[in-house]
Amino acid sequence: MNPVWRWFHQLGSPPYFYRFATRWMPWFGLSALVLSVIGLYLGMAKAPADYLQGDSFRIIYIHVPAAWMSMFIYVAMAVNGAIALIWRIKLSELLFLACAPIGAMFTAVTLITGMLWGKPTWGAYWVWDARLTSELVLLFLYFGVIGLASAYDDVRQGARAAAVLGLVGVVNVPIIHFSVKWWNTLHQGETIRIMGKSSIDSSMLWPLLIMALATKLYFVFALLLRARGMLLEQERNKQWVREVLSPPQIAGGRS
Amino acid sequence: MSALRPYHALLARDLRLAFRRRADLLLPLGFAVLVVLLFGIALGGTPERLAPVSAPVIWVTVLLAGFLSLDGLFRPDVDDGTLDQWLAGPTSIVGLMYAKALAHWLLYGVGLTLSTPLLAMLLNLPAELLPVMLIALGIGTLGATQIGIVAAALTARLRRSGILLALIVMPLYLPLLIFGSGAVDAVRLGESPKAALLLLAAQTVLLLTLAPPAAAAALRIGSDNPP
Amino acid sequence: MSTNAANTDVQPLLHARQLTCLRDEEPLFVPIDIDLPDGHLLVLEGRNGAGKTTLLRALLGLHPLSADELRFQGVDVLRERHPLCAGALWLGHLLALKGDLTVRENLHYSLAIGSDAEAGDVDTLCVDLGLAGYEDTPTRALSAGQRKRAALARLAASRSALWLLDEPFANLDAQGMQVVERLLATHLARGGSAMLTSHGVLPITLPATTVRLEHAR
Repeated sequence: MNPVWRWFHQLGSPPYFYRFATRWMPWFGLSALVLSVIGLYLGMAKAPADYLQGDSFRIIYIHVPAAWMSMFIYVAMAVNGAIALIWRIKLSELLFLACAPIGAMFTAVTLITGMLWGKPTWGAYWVWDARLTSELVLLFLYFGVIGLASAYDDVRQGARAAAVLGLVGVVNVPIIHFSVKWWNTLHQGETIRIMGKSSIDSSMLWPLLIMALATKLYFVFALLLRARGMLLEQERNKQWVREVLSPPQIAGGRS
Repeated sequence: MSALRPYHALLARDLRLAFRRRADLLLPLGFAVLVVLLFGIALGGTPERLAPVSAPVIWVTVLLAGFLSLDGLFRPDVDDGTLDQWLAGPTSIVGLMYAKALAHWLLYGVGLTLSTPLLAMLLNLPAELLPVMLIALGIGTLGATQIGIVAAALTARLRRSGILLALIVMPLYLPLLIFGSGAVDAVRLGESPKAALLLLAAQTVLLLTLAPPAAAAALRIGSDNPP
Repeated sequence: MSTNAANTDVQPLLHARQLTCLRDEEPLFVPIDIDLPDGHLLVLEGRNGAGKTTLLRALLGLHPLSADELRFQGVDVLRERHPLCAGALWLGHLLALKGDLTVRENLHYSLAIGSDAEAGDVDTLCVDLGLAGYEDTPTRALSAGQRKRAALARLAASRSALWLLDEPFANLDAQGMQVVERLLATHLARGGSAMLTSHGVLPITLPATTVRLEHAR
């Protein structure tokens, strides 16, 4: 068997994943933290102010990485959903479920920072900019997935139903984005873009790339954290969970 | 002919069931008129204020009215065991979904589209916009039905689904609404609606190929928890 | 044709080894073996909640099961249940009748949607089931026993090799039970087989093999 494939198979087994997550989680969390501190320092303090927008442009160091993550996570979620539906791997169901709130959080951050940035730039918190509108729709797609998954009494059934919705959503996201852009140019013409077409200075670009990496690492950290917790909850009657949780902890938790 | 017999039987049954309860069939139309009434009152009722917004208001009204029928799309079939018989039977579930979607569109999509002249009259829709409005609604409601059967299938076995169904369906309606009202807008601005109508049709064709299989997959979920 | 007949002699219609249903990935009852030849009747016994209904549903792919072996007409159906679904007729607790439709309309629909093996004239079926005169009555207006008969009419029309019947005698009067027994006898005589669930003494005299489901753990 191909070693990579074998690794994936092993990862699919709950105890192995638990050990994997426990070992690597702190490293992902820590490196995400360090990189965000560096990225934000460079972005907020070192990078020069924009000649058009002044200091308000600095919000892109949060806004843009969050926007990238909001879409990246939706795709990652749908991939896990597809794996869960096709191969019925329990871990993929959990990873799928764990993706949704993290993605919704990044989408909300994108929207909030976009609105804060919009006030000084456009003079209003909300304008019907194509990207912001698409993000708002994306937020509701996340809400639909979260709402559907939690409406089922059975976690696994909820995950599978939400996975079908996630796949329908991932096909529709580009169409929604295209249609909103089409609608936008029809009604208002091009608006000012948060990132101009002009080449960006490397002192402004570096912090952005560092932040992009930091958000990715944070995503993995949060994903492992959530999936690990859900795994323990779902497998609480299994032998390996009893072995993992030492007796005092069990006495402290559910009896 | 005999290969299509099961699907034909389901289509005929759904249409027959709907006509057994004719009053229920008129509810979406009543709802649509009511929404239009609310808009008309809120906008002051003058033709100058109504005419520019009439097309988008009709679009939103029709989508909402069609949405209301989704909750009852599969629930009776879940409750009386029909759904389990489909899943345990030899017939293709995807095929049955096409029959189900066709019945729903004929009853609600076509029904609401045909009642548009009434809504248009109430809202002072400029007469030259009515033909494009009818074409766009006819195509758009077919697409909306496809989104609807997926959402209804996903929530069929849940005890309550109202607001959740809205949360699932509405964002997915967006491209249909944009291209559909875009086509009407193009005519209003004296341009050709062709581009918008083609995009609307493309979106509907895509939904026609993807939605019934997705709905069939969704209906299998939760079969181990019978009502 | 003769080789086919020889095959069916060797292969039981339904063959299962270490079969049990799963709930939360745990076995629901102590695994059972099934060998159901053509023309035989198998009765599933067990207390409430033992998993009789669930076993019938699981065979049709409506519930997860585990087994070392599961064959239908010699075909492995452990992973892909479609051959079994196509060759079996299942009547569950829920009758899948639409109250707003008449007996005739309901039957027309259920015969058309079921397997091709089902055929028959609706009027004859109604006479057969003692529903003559009710053909055009909405099933909503029928009694529970009459509704059950309307659902059982599918049996009279069925040419499926395997019948999976969940409590076929529930809600029926003595005469109704006789009708079911007659339908079963005809089916078995034709070489068909049936599996039915019961939690009491069966009101019929047909020879049957009994399998008892015992709670796991």
